Amino acid sequence: MIVLGIESTAHTFGVGIVEDRPPHIIVDRRVNYTPSKGGIHPREASLFFMSNASRVLKDALIEAGLTINDVDGIAVALGPGLGPCLRVGATVARVLASYLKKPLIPVNHAVAHIEVGRLLTGFKDPLVVYLSGGNTMILAFSDGRYRIFGETLDIALGNFIDTLVREVGLAPPYVVGGTHKLDLCAEVGGSFINLPYVVKGLDVSFSGILTAALRAFREGKYDLKDICYSVREVAYSAIAEVVERGLMHTKKGELLVVGGVAASKALRSKFEVVSRLRGVKLGVVDPQYAVDNGVMIAWTGLLMLRHGITVEPEKAYIRQRWRPDGVDVPWMG
Amino acid sequence: MDGLTLIASGAEADLYRGRFLGYDVVIKYRVPKGYRDPNFDRAVRMERTLTEAKTMLIAMECGVPVPTILYVDVENALIVMEYVDGALLRDVIPSVDGSLRRRYLELLGGYVGKLHVSNVAHGDLTTSNVMVTSEGMMYLIDFGLSRVSYDVEDKAVDIHLLIRSFESTHYNLTKELVRYFLRGYTSAVGVEGVNIVVDKVREIRLRGRYVEERRVRGGGEGPIRSYV
Ligand SMILES: Nc1ncnc2c1ncn2[C@@H]1O[C@H](COP(=O)(O)OP(=O)(O)O)[C@@H](O)[C@H]1O
Ligand SMILES: [Mg+2]
Repeated sequence: MIVLGIESTAHTFGVGIVEDRPPHIIVDRRVNYTPSKGGIHPREASLFFMSNASRVLKDALIEAGLTINDVDGIAVALGPGLGPCLRVGATVARVLASYLKKPLIPVNHAVAHIEVGRLLTGFKDPLVVYLSGGNTMILAFSDGRYRIFGETLDIALGNFIDTLVREVGLAPPYVVGGTHKLDLCAEVGGSFINLPYVVKGLDVSFSGILTAALRAFREGKYDLKDICYSVREVAYSAIAEVVERGLMHTKKGELLVVGGVAASKALRSKFEVVSRLRGVKLGVVDPQYAVDNGVMIAWTGLLMLRHGITVEPEKAYIRQRWRPDGVDVPWMG
Repeated sequence: MDGLTLIASGAEADLYRGRFLGYDVVIKYRVPKGYRDPNFDRAVRMERTLTEAKTMLIAMECGVPVPTILYVDVENALIVMEYVDGALLRDVIPSVDGSLRRRYLELLGGYVGKLHVSNVAHGDLTTSNVMVTSEGMMYLIDFGLSRVSYDVEDKAVDIHLLIRSFESTHYNLTKELVRYFLRGYTSAVGVEGVNIVVDKVREIRLRGRYVEERRVRGGGEGPIRSYV
C-alpha cells in the first residue's frame, strides 16, 4: 500500500509518499513560505503554495520513481490551520483523487504530528506534547481518541516566542542554524527577572509573560539577555510542569515531544529532567519531521486507509479549527 | 511530629501522614523541581505554599469545607493540615449510584460557587482535588494555584478545567455531571452570575489554533452548549 500525503496548513507546502513496508518513508518534498517581515500572511502563503504545488508534487513522484497511478490513496491535511493555505492542499488533493478515482483520506494535522512521532520513536501509547507556532497541547490516547488534557489558554508557545523576539528587534529571521533567537539570546543571560508564571490545571497561558517581558524591555532597566533568559525559564518551566502533571494524571510510560518547537535544546533538557524524575521514556521527534511535512500526512493517511476511513472529494471540506479529539484513531485500540 | 508515612506523591508535593499536637495530620511538602532555575523554583514553591494556606483560610470563612490548617512554614514549603479520612471524588464517581453522584456534584457546585462569589478561583479544579468521606462530607483541597480574582476568566477557567477532568476520566458521564454541578453552582451565584461565567467557559473552549481567525469570527457555538 502506497499513500501520497499533502500538507498545507500554515507555512509549509509538503508532499510525502509512504508505504506499509519498512522503512515506510519513500519521499519527503516541501517548500517553505517565509514572510519578508512580521508574521505569516495567509494570502501570501497560499499564493506561494499555488505557484509551487505542481512542481513539488512532480518532484516527489520523480524522486520516488513512481507515477501517480502507483499510489493507492491521496491523503490531505484538512485542518486545523489557516483557511487560504488549507484550501490549496485540499483543492490539489480533491482534483487528484477524483481525476484518478483514488480514495481521498481526510487527515487531521495534529493527529499526523503524533503518528509520525510514534512511527519514528516506536512509542506505543505516549503522553504527547505538541508544541508549534500555532499549537500548544498535551494529549494522550483514551477511549478511542487522542484526548486533550491541557493546552494554552491564549497564545501558542511558538507564536509567543516569535512575537517576543520580533518585538525586541531580534527577528526575523526567527531561527538561525536550527536554534531559535530566544535560545541564542538566553544562552548569554543568567539573572532571573520575576515574570508571571501561569499554570492552571494542565493549561498554560503566555500572554501575561509576553506583556510583562515587553514592559520590562521598554522600561530599559534590564539587560535584554536576562529578559530572554527569564522568559525562556518561565515559559519552558510551565510546559515542563504541565507535562509532569499530565504524566501523573494519565500514568503513561512514554513522553513524546512533537511539533516545530521540539527542536529547542533548553526545552529538551527540561523534558529530560521530567522524564527521569517520573521514570518514563522520552522521545523527541527529529527536527526534520517535527516541523510540518507531507510525510506525516501520508503516514496517517495510510493508517486511516487501512481502516477504510476516506471521504468523498465533494465532501472534503477544510476545517480551520478541527481539534484532534474530534477524530477516531481505530489503529490505537 | 512522629511516625511519618508517605501517603501520596503528587506532581508537586509529597504528602505524609503523622501526628502533630495530638491531631491526626497530613504534611504537605512541595518538592524542589530540578527543571526550574533554583532561585525561581524556590520562589514558586514558597509562593504556592503561602497562597494555598491563605486561600484555605478564606475558604473556611466563606463556608467551604477544607482541611483545617495547623501550621505553615513558607520558607520550607510546608503545610500541616487536618487529615481527612476519605476518598477522591475522582475514584468515587464511577462507583456510586446516580442519586449520590447528583448529590456530590450539586454540593461541589455550591462550594465552588461560594468561592467564586468571594472572588476566589481554585486554579486546579479537578475531581482529583475533591475528597469525600464515608459520612458524605466533602472537602476541597490543593489550593496552590488559586488566586483572588475579580476576573470572570479565572472563574470560567475553573469550570473549564473541571469539565475537562470529567471528559478525560468520566467521559460518558460528562453531561450529567456538568448539569448537576451547574445546578449547585447556580444556587450559590444566581442565574445571572451563572450565565456570565458559562458564556466565558464557551469562549475559552472555543479558543482554537489561530488567534487571527478567532478575532475575525469570535463567539459561536461551543461544546459546552451540549452540556448545559
Ligand atoms: N488533608 C488531607 N487528608 C488526607 N489526604 C490528603 C489531604 N490532602 C491531600 N491528601 C491526599 O494527597 C493527594 C495529593 O494532595 P494535593 O494537595 O492534591 O497535592 P498535589 O498538588 O500533589 O496534587 C490527594 O489527592 C489526597 O489523596
Ligand atoms: Mg492534587
